[in-house]
Amino acid sequence: MKIYGVSLLAACFLIGKFLGNLLGKIININTDVGGVGFSMIILIVSSIYLKKKGWLIPETKKGVLFWSSIYIPIIVAMAATLNVKAAVSGGLVAVLAGIITTIFCMMLVPLLSKIGSRDKISKK
Amino acid sequence: MEILEKIIEMNGLIFAFLFVGLIMLLSFWISKNLLRGKIPGAAIAILIGLGLAFLGDEKGISDIPIFAGIAVLGGSMFRDFTIVATAMSADISKIKQAGIAGIISLFVGITITFFTGALIAFLMGYSDVVSITTIGAGACTYIVGPVTGTALGASSEVIAISVATGVVKTIFTTIITPIIAKKIKLITPHDAVVFGGLIGTTSGVVAGLAATNEKLVPYGALTATFYTGLGCLLCPSIFYLILTFLNNYVI
Repeated sequence: MKIYGVSLLAACFLIGKFLGNLLGKIININTDVGGVGFSMIILIVSSIYLKKKGWLIPETKKGVLFWSSIYIPIIVAMAATLNVKAAVSGGLVAVLAGIITTIFCMMLVPLLSKIGSRDKISKK
Repeated sequence: MEILEKIIEMNGLIFAFLFVGLIMLLSFWISKNLLRGKIPGAAIAILIGLGLAFLGDEKGISDIPIFAGIAVLGGSMFRDFTIVATAMSADISKIKQAGIAGIISLFVGITITFFTGALIAFLMGYSDVVSITTIGAGACTYIVGPVTGTALGASSEVIAISVATGVVKTIFTTIITPIIAKKIKLITPHDAVVFGGLIGTTSGVVAGLAATNEKLVPYGALTATFYTGLGCLLCPSIFYLILTFLNNYVI
């Protein structure tokens, strides 16, 4: 049943959020420190485990895949509910940060692609 | 009319599904037909979203009663839930395929992007660590920004800037990739794997590579898919702590 997938996702999500908040508490900043990241790792690890056990059937997987397929629309909904009027003054930061960081990273492509360039990938 | 308004207000979330679906439809139509696929539909949809937010004030379009449900759909609960779900398609064998260069480029890409973005925010007058971290995270992708911002308790205004930063990056990547491809020696699949890891904005990488050389697309997407997840892990944790440390003991 698809709900098993949704439940699995919910479990990973809540455990990850708990770890994030716990870590925040431990290091005394009282925020969620990387909760979403932890949740993702837990989901990856648990789905590999369940797959090996043969419990992760396609029907269960569909319960998770539906949610992953609507994240862009949800980001659109989020964008529509932000305080953009107050953010206009920061528009220049957005443009500069967006462009300069991208150029920096692009310039690193020739340098980093020298690493292991005889990998399996290049043989394909 | 009154009945319609009542129905919409009572079923806000359902109306939000319909409304956002229409935005997506319009955006992908614009992307395909008016812009000939030059700018990804996802980036246009987010731009339309940011534009619609101007109709309201602090809570964007959801300040208008019939659009209140959009705030539920776009709230941090659903957002984080769907982002976690994307990890499902991550495959360990794919990580091995990307090889050591792919993994190094992911870490280098996120680190350089975050700290450069944070430095720019700092130089442009932002002084609190939470805002600087959120904008730096937004420079990674338009998802890492709001996830980090919400986790750390940044203001809606700063989160909006971080989303805009990520969207600028996506559009810039899309446009500049085919132009710059030869200069940065973006030729083989291996280069594309490194490129995807360094840039990370999946829709931008895919659209940019498609305009450069269709064959490179899956290789760039391979590493780019891991970028947002890794960014959501690193930015609100290690990177935030590093900036807090710098703020307390160095500056």
